[in-house]
Amino acid sequence: MQLFELITAQNVAGAVKEQAASPTAQQGASVRFIAGGTNLVDCMKLNVETPRRLVDINGLPLDTIEKLPDGSVKIGALARNSDVAQSDLIRTQFPVLSQAILSGATGQLRNMASTAGNLLQKTRCVYYRDRAYACNKRAPGSGCSAIGGYNRNLAILGTSEHCIASNPSDQNVALMALDATIHISGVNGQRSVPIAAFYLLPGSTPEKETVLLPGDLITHVTVPALPSGSKSLYVKLRDRASYEFALASTAVVLKTRQGKIEHVRVALGGVGAIPWRSHEAERALVGHAPNAENFRKAAEAALKQARPQSQNAFKVELAKRCIVHTLTQAAQLA
Amino acid sequence: MEQDSNAQTATPSKVIGVATQRIDAPLKTTGTAVYTSDHHLPGMVYAWPVTATISRGTILSVDASEAQSMPGVLAVYTHKNIGPLYRTPPTVGFSMRQQEHRPPLENLEVYYYGQYVAVAVAQTMEQARAAAEAIKVTYQPETPNVATKLLGTPLTTPGMHPGSHRGDAAAAFAQAPVKHDAVYSSPAETHNPIELHATVADYRDGKYTLYETSQAVVNHRDVMAAVLGVPPGNVRVITRFLGSGFGGKLWPWPHSALAAACSHNLQRPVKLVISRSMMFESVGHRPAIEQQIQLGAETNGKLTAIVQNYVNHTSMIDDYAEGCGEATPLLYSCANLKITSGLARRNVGTPTAMRGPGAVPGLWALESAMDELAWQLKMDPVQLRLLNEPAVDESNGKPFSSRHLKECLTVGAEKFGWSQRKPAIGSMKNAQGATLGWGVAACSWGAMRSDAETMVELLANGRARVTCGTQDIGGGTYTIFAQLVSHETGLPLNKIDVALGDTKLPPGPVSGGSWTTATVIPAVLQATQNAVRSLLMLAASSPDGYFAGSHAADMEMSDGFVQPKGQPAKRVAFGEILGRANVKAVFGNAKSEGTLGRETKYSFHSFGAHFVEITWQPEIARLRVSRVVTVIDAGRMINPRPARNQIEGAIVMGVGMAMLEDTQYDPRSGAPINANLADYLLPVNADCPKIDVTFLDYPDYHLDALGARGVGEIGLAGVAPAIAGAVYHATGIRVRSLPIRIEDLLAAPQTASA
Repeated sequence: MQLFELITAQNVAGAVKEQAASPTAQQGASVRFIAGGTNLVDCMKLNVETPRRLVDINGLPLDTIEKLPDGSVKIGALARNSDVAQSDLIRTQFPVLSQAILSGATGQLRNMASTAGNLLQKTRCVYYRDRAYACNKRAPGSGCSAIGGYNRNLAILGTSEHCIASNPSDQNVALMALDATIHISGVNGQRSVPIAAFYLLPGSTPEKETVLLPGDLITHVTVPALPSGSKSLYVKLRDRASYEFALASTAVVLKTRQGKIEHVRVALGGVGAIPWRSHEAERALVGHAPNAENFRKAAEAALKQARPQSQNAFKVELAKRCIVHTLTQAAQLA
Repeated sequence: MEQDSNAQTATPSKVIGVATQRIDAPLKTTGTAVYTSDHHLPGMVYAWPVTATISRGTILSVDASEAQSMPGVLAVYTHKNIGPLYRTPPTVGFSMRQQEHRPPLENLEVYYYGQYVAVAVAQTMEQARAAAEAIKVTYQPETPNVATKLLGTPLTTPGMHPGSHRGDAAAAFAQAPVKHDAVYSSPAETHNPIELHATVADYRDGKYTLYETSQAVVNHRDVMAAVLGVPPGNVRVITRFLGSGFGGKLWPWPHSALAAACSHNLQRPVKLVISRSMMFESVGHRPAIEQQIQLGAETNGKLTAIVQNYVNHTSMIDDYAEGCGEATPLLYSCANLKITSGLARRNVGTPTAMRGPGAVPGLWALESAMDELAWQLKMDPVQLRLLNEPAVDESNGKPFSSRHLKECLTVGAEKFGWSQRKPAIGSMKNAQGATLGWGVAACSWGAMRSDAETMVELLANGRARVTCGTQDIGGGTYTIFAQLVSHETGLPLNKIDVALGDTKLPPGPVSGGSWTTATVIPAVLQATQNAVRSLLMLAASSPDGYFAGSHAADMEMSDGFVQPKGQPAKRVAFGEILGRANVKAVFGNAKSEGTLGRETKYSFHSFGAHFVEITWQPEIARLRVSRVVTVIDAGRMINPRPARNQIEGAIVMGVGMAMLEDTQYDPRSGAPINANLADYLLPVNADCPKIDVTFLDYPDYHLDALGARGVGEIGLAGVAPAIAGAVYHATGIRVRSLPIRIEDLLAAPQTASA
C-alpha cells in the first residue's frame, strides 16, 4: 500500500471540490471518496488503486432511507447494505433488492459497505487485482490476461476483445430491474442518471466503467414505485452456499394481468460486463403468457449474444436456467 | 467377522475416554493464547519477501536502489548478500525432514511462481512491504510447464516405480468377467489454515531463538541448525499454539531461513509473516494427481484384480511422492494386486503432506472405482465392500491389530437408513421435491507410534507439570497430556500444567500422521509412574515425614494423595509430603520407542465408513451435501470431544475437496492464480451438512496401554468418493475429476421443477 492522505469532508460541496482535483473519477483516480472501504481498501492493499488522497464522506448526512411523496424510495449513498436490506420499506416494496443484497458478501461486509460504494464495486477478475499481469482495465493498453486465462467467473455478455471482466455486484442487478436513478452532485451542480445509462460497456476503454466525472459524488439513489401488483425476486447461483460472487444471478420484476405479462424487468448478474438488463428477454415476455415455454424463450433471447470464454461456456446454460427458475418462482408468488 | 486379536473391554478411568473440554480453551476463547506472530520482541523489525513473477527462468537483475532509500528500510537481501544458507545433508531414519531443500536466494534460477528472490527489512511491516514492492526484478523467462495432464507424460524416472504387488494383476484383470478401468484426477489443493505461516527470529550471542508456526519443533530445530550452519544446541524453536496446519506446517519452508538470516545479519529480532497469496506458492500443497484404477471381479462381486497406476506432480527441484497406494493393498481381499507410481515435474512449488497424504487421494480413486464396480454388478455398494473383507493384511500377511470395517459399514448403514435406498438414478426425492443422492465409501489410515521423551514433575505446591517437545496444533494435545497425568495420579486436570512446543523440553513427536496421542501415551504414563515412585520413596524415607518407617512398596498415590495402600483415611496431600521433606519437586523421566520404521507383529490401521446424502436441484444446477453419517474405528478415544471435532472438521474439509477446492495454475505465468480465500473456495458454514459421527471405540492394546490409535486424518479419507457416488445416484453423471462442479452436472436430465 502506498502512502496516502486522509481528510474528512465537511459537506457535499467540499467533497466534490476535493475529488475534482483528480484528473479522473475512474480507475487510477488520485483522489477517492471513502465510505465503507470494503472494496477500495482491498484494492489499495493490492496497489491496484493508489490514490494519494482519501476523502472520508462517512460524516455526510447521506444515509437515510425514506419514502418520497411520489411513492418512490430514496436511498442515501451512505446507507449501509445491511440497513437497506433490512429496511421494512425495501423489504415490502422491493424484495428483490433486499434479497440481492443479502445474497452478497458476508454480514460483516454488508454492515460496512455503502449503497454508492456497491454501485462502484470493482471486478473480481484476478488479473485486474494483480499488478504482475497485463490488464486493460487497470493499465490501459497493456492487454487482457483473462482471455485464454482464468476466466471461469468472468463475463459472457457485453465484453470486448479488450476486457471480459464481470461486474460482481448483486445489489446493482436488482437496481437495474427496478429502474433506479442515480443522483450525483458534481462541479456543475446536481444531475440524475438512470441506472441504465450509468454503466459503460468496456469497448476499447475498460478503465472507464461509469459516466462519473471528476468531482462527481453520488448522493442517493431513487427507486420508483413498482406498478401495482408487481412481484420481484432475486436468485443467485454459485458453487458454495454463501460468500461467493454469482456465477449467474437473475433479478426479476413481474406483473401479469389477465393471463398475460404486462410489466417485466429481467436483469442478470455474474454474466455481464456491467449489471445486465436483458431487453431481449423482456421483449420476449411482454404480452405473452407466463408459462415455462415463454420463460425458456426469454432465456434463450437473453443469452443469444453470449460470447463465452475458455472456462465459462457453462454460464450460458446456467444463466438460462437461472432466468427460467426466477421467472417461474416470481410468477408463483402470491 | 471380528478381527481383534486383543479384544478386551477398555481400562476404566475417570478421565480417559471422558469427553473433556480443552484445557487451553479459556486462553483461546479470550484471545490470550500467544500464537507465533503475536510475539513482539524489543527492537524487533519486519521482513517482507519479494516473490518471483515468473515460474521458470533466470533473474537478470535486482534493482533495490529505490527501496533502500524508502522510510524505515534497514536492508534488502538478495542472493548476493543474504549470507551462507546451507542445504541439509541426507540422514538415516525419520529425521531432518524438509520438503524444499533449496535454501532461499541460493542462486539466480527461478523454478516456480512466488519463489523468494529478495527480502526487504524495515521498521514496520508496511514499510517492509512497500520496500519489497519497490524492488525491481528483471527476468529471462522461459515457458513454464504447469500442465495438469500427468499420466503418460515424462516422469522423473525411466518408468513407473513399482509399489505393493501380489499375484498377477495384469493377467487376472485380463481374465476378469467384470472389469472396471478408469482414470481419476484430483487438483492441487492448498492448505489454508487461518493462521499464516510465520517466523519470529531472534539471533543473539551466536544462538537463534525461532518462534515458528511448526507442527514439529524438534525437526524444525535440526533442519534450521543445518541450514544456518550451527550446532542444534544453538537453535531453539518454539510453537506454543498453532492456528492449525493440516500438514502444511510439518516441515520448514524457506521463509524460516530468510527470517533467521535477516536476524543474524541485522543482529535484531525479525518477524516475517507470509501473505495469504504466498500460502499458495512457497509452503507446499497437495499435488495434482492422476490415477488409473483397474478392478477385476467375478460376477458375484469377488475382487480378482486391483491395479493402481498413479502420477503426482512435483516441483522442478524436489521429489515429493504422494503415496496414493497407502490404503489400497489392505482395504480389500484380492489375490492379484499391483501398484505403480511416478512423479512428473512441473514449475510449481514443492508439494507436501496434506491431511491424510496418500490415502485421501488414493481412496478418492479406489472408492470411486468400487462404487462404479457396484453399479456395473448391480450390487449394493455396501454389500460389495462387505463381500471383499480380508482376513489379514494381504500386503504383508500380518493380522490386523484391530479391524472393524464391517461394523463401520453396518452400523453406518443402520444409522443412515441405507435400507431405504432406491437404487434407480434420480428416483429419490425430499419433501420439497429436490432429488436426493446417496453414496458410501470406506476409509483407512495407518496407525503407529514414533519415539517420545517426556518429563513429569510433582511439585511442593500441589501441582503437577508435564513437559514434552511436541506441540498442540489445535487438536487437543495439551489436554491429552493432562488427562494422562491425571489418569496415573488422580490429580484433577486443573492441577496439571502442560508445557509443549519448545525444543528446550524433552524431544517429542511431530504432530503428523495422526500418531501424536498414541506416541506420547507410553512415555507420559511411564514418566508419571516414575515420578509417583519417587514421591512414594520420599514419603517413606523422610525421617520426619508422615509415613516415616513405611515402605514405598506398601504405599500408593490416589486422587492426588499419598496413602498406605487401600487406606484413604490415612491419606496426605502429596504437596504436604514434599513440603515437610523440604523437596521442591520429584521428577519422572521416560523415553518410549515407537513402531515407526520398526518391524511389528501386527498391521496397525484405523478404518471407517461415510454415508452421504446430497441434494440436487437440476433446474438450477444446485448441488449441496445435506447429510453425512460417519462411523470410525480408530481405537479408543482418549478425549471423545476433540476427537469428534477432528472427524466433523474432516468431513467439512471433504465437502471442500469434493466440490470446491482447486488450485488453478495460470497456464502462461504458472502462478497459482486463485490465491485468495474468495477465489479458492472452501466450505463456509452454510455448506456444512448435518453430521452424525460414531466412534466404535474398540481399544487397540497392541499399539499402546490405553488402546488409542488417532483420528486427525482418517475422517477426510473417503468423503469425496462417497459424495461423488451420491452425485451419480442423483444425476447419472459420474465425475472422475475433482472438484465436482456445476459445469460437470449441467448435462444431467432436468426434471420439471416442483
